[in-house]
Amino acid sequence: MSGEKKKRIVKTIHVNVDKCNGCRACEVACSAFHATPKYSTTNPERSRIRVIREPLRDVFLPVYAGEYTAAECAGRDRYTIDGRSYDECAFCRAACPSRDVFHEPDSGLPLKCDLCESDPPLEKPLCVQWCVNEALVYEEREEWVEAEEPVEELDVGLASLMTRFGRERLADAVARLSRKAEKKA
Amino acid sequence: MRFAETGFNLEVDLSTGNVERVETDPRLTALHLGGLGTNARILWDRVPPETDPYSPDNLLIFAPGLLVGTPAPGANRTIVSTFSPQTRFLGYSMMGGFWGPELKHAGYDKLIVRGRSPKPVYLWIRDDRVEIRDATHLSGLGSNETADRIRAELGEPRAQVAAIGLAGENRVFFASIEHGRSSASRLGLGGVMGSKGLKAVAVRGTKDVNVARPAELFQYCQEVLRYIVARDAKPVPGVMPILAGLGSPQEMKIVDEKWHTENFMWGNARTRRKDFWTPEIEEKWRGTQEQVRKRLISCYNCPMKCGATISVPGVSTYMMKCFSKLTYTMAAYSDLDFGFRIAQRATEYGVDAFSAPQVMAFALELLEAGILTESDFPGMPADTEGRFFWLLDRIVRREGIGDVLADGTYWAAERIGKGAQEYAHNNIKKHEQLPLKLGMLNPVYFLMYCTGEKSNITQIEGQFPQAPFPTMEERLDFVKDWIQVPDEKFKQYLLDWEPRGERSIPNYPTVEMCCDIVDWQEMMHYIDDAVGMCAGLGSFPLKPPYHIHNWPAILSAATGLDLDEEGLKTITRRNRNLVRALNNRRGLTRADERPPDDHWKRRFPELEKKLLDAYYAYKGWSENGIPTEATLRALGLDDVAEDFRRRGILPGGTADGAARAAAGAATGTTADGGKA
Repeated sequence: MSGEKKKRIVKTIHVNVDKCNGCRACEVACSAFHATPKYSTTNPERSRIRVIREPLRDVFLPVYAGEYTAAECAGRDRYTIDGRSYDECAFCRAACPSRDVFHEPDSGLPLKCDLCESDPPLEKPLCVQWCVNEALVYEEREEWVEAEEPVEELDVGLASLMTRFGRERLADAVARLSRKAEKKA
Repeated sequence: MRFAETGFNLEVDLSTGNVERVETDPRLTALHLGGLGTNARILWDRVPPETDPYSPDNLLIFAPGLLVGTPAPGANRTIVSTFSPQTRFLGYSMMGGFWGPELKHAGYDKLIVRGRSPKPVYLWIRDDRVEIRDATHLSGLGSNETADRIRAELGEPRAQVAAIGLAGENRVFFASIEHGRSSASRLGLGGVMGSKGLKAVAVRGTKDVNVARPAELFQYCQEVLRYIVARDAKPVPGVMPILAGLGSPQEMKIVDEKWHTENFMWGNARTRRKDFWTPEIEEKWRGTQEQVRKRLISCYNCPMKCGATISVPGVSTYMMKCFSKLTYTMAAYSDLDFGFRIAQRATEYGVDAFSAPQVMAFALELLEAGILTESDFPGMPADTEGRFFWLLDRIVRREGIGDVLADGTYWAAERIGKGAQEYAHNNIKKHEQLPLKLGMLNPVYFLMYCTGEKSNITQIEGQFPQAPFPTMEERLDFVKDWIQVPDEKFKQYLLDWEPRGERSIPNYPTVEMCCDIVDWQEMMHYIDDAVGMCAGLGSFPLKPPYHIHNWPAILSAATGLDLDEEGLKTITRRNRNLVRALNNRRGLTRADERPPDDHWKRRFPELEKKLLDAYYAYKGWSENGIPTEATLRALGLDDVAEDFRRRGILPGGTADGAARAAAGAATGTTADGGKA
């Protein structure tokens, strides 16, 4: 390790719940973007962002689809924030068996936000572009991480074999194989 | 594959419990687009003009417009159409919110309800699965309470619900259908829903809506969004604050009510209070509004924030938009706190916020005048606010005097007699209007009040400024980026329009110009009502993002129809004439087309006659306001022409038919026909 620090760009969306008016344009834009062909259909059910919207309780919460999880959580707590009451699941990004969001309606396969990965890349994810009230704001955060030496692919493979079989056996195997190769040549 | 539309209607007969998913004819889309256009076609084909609005044979159609469910920003309106218990003519009203897109995603362009259930029911539509469910336990509940209960019992927090309250259940002639912050309020559609025994419709949809030319449409939608942002940053100077921007009048955002409170009438559309808006009032009302308003809220896929959640201490939270904020306040000569407080109850009961306050103010005037007496109001409190609550409770239950008042001021006055008719002074076609009483006749507004088929000024006005700008500089500034005009001549109309002198109202805009202006404004509403676009981004505000020049391209990209401006105008004219024909067949003639007598102090009968003659001719209608045979045939409405002939509405048929058609609306003998 050289001990040197390196800059990394982390892509994030800042969700400002207080600015959300619950219009669900983000769902419309997301589902259109991910349709095949692009923009050919809309269907909030396919969106990787969903607005949890209970206007009479002042709950307006855009949530992004994250990792798939095979099992639901054990506990289900409630949070009260600034007088508004949220189910714990409200904040959860997982496509999970305990609720019907973030699953493709036809196949049931889990959905996950990819920040509108595309070629050429979008300037900002489309949900952010369609949220003109700025409840969703795209932010690139810089992080300093330890700079690492670039690792050869071969080294990665050998390192894992060494972990599994031990250094000696690996060395023996390399020597044996080398001899065989020599004979052939 | 069908584009923008699903290609299916859901037909429900509540008498038999029959439910059908019926494929629609794509040719009807090409002829009428959707929404109001295709609703009118269905009502023409299937509801004979003798049908009482509360009869099981009447249809109640919920139709998300053609573009609802596509990415077009603001396309979220459901056009509810039936026949009005109050006017006896076509009743249509639009609601925004989230219900329409949900129905499209469930796979339907329309929900068509006929028949009458023997006991209260609600509909639960979840994609292909449709259930008629018992609603006995929901009877008497408020509209928001009903929606909450239904979502809870279905375990579907995302189900969208449209419901009636007590007023609809008891067939009040101005009952609304409520859906969150939106409602189909005008013309008593909630009463028709109640007459069918239908308490609510809950919908959840998870299917795709397809569009024909995706990349192109999306590009247009992005342009619309960009325009909205830019337009919002640039309010129109020199007009009242609520008309400066986009959206429906921004009543939830704006506190400054100088214009409404000093120009609209208080009480039963009686008193103008010219010095009402003092700094003290402004401070007090600002305090009230900011205290109760929790959040500005939007409809589906629309960046505007025309609505708000309202939480008045002591009563449950509800949602509001637009002018309901002031109608109760002003009818009761009260303050804003009272307005927000009673609107909560009125929303749960489900009544129209234009008609209901006026009906109550009318009742109190009759009491004051001695036409009604204390014995008609047993137990009524002494204070005005208390009286309004008391009256509202009686009306929605049709108890005592409430039963008479529940039919609206026109029919109530007919029943009460003793000169009560003089007090029902603010109606058009038997329907309560905004409380405006003005000085000089405005010729553009005269035509709109007369001929607007919905009898609601906000559903026909828009596009052209309501008043001239005082200076040429302001006018030049206004017209320089006025891209929405269908023709350059409109710019000149505005440039030449003066606040006083020769080129001012009532003689300017000239009769011909008035026809052009009204026709343009009306055309934009008919487009919105067919495609489900909110008037707040289309037909109502000045310089909106959607206009006659970009609509053909947007609609073509969404639907695959090959529309140009002329083609779109023809469809609009076809829809316009079909709507008129529906009403002509139920007896509408020139005699019905007049603003309230006291709407303006200064009237000009000769000019008014000239205006109406010219406008009818402009529209291709007879001097009696009936589309001519040539007009109908040119629009492909030959069956309408033939029906008119058979009924004697057009020459060539029997005179007897014409008399019968004319008599239908005039007698109104079945005013209480549906109250069984």
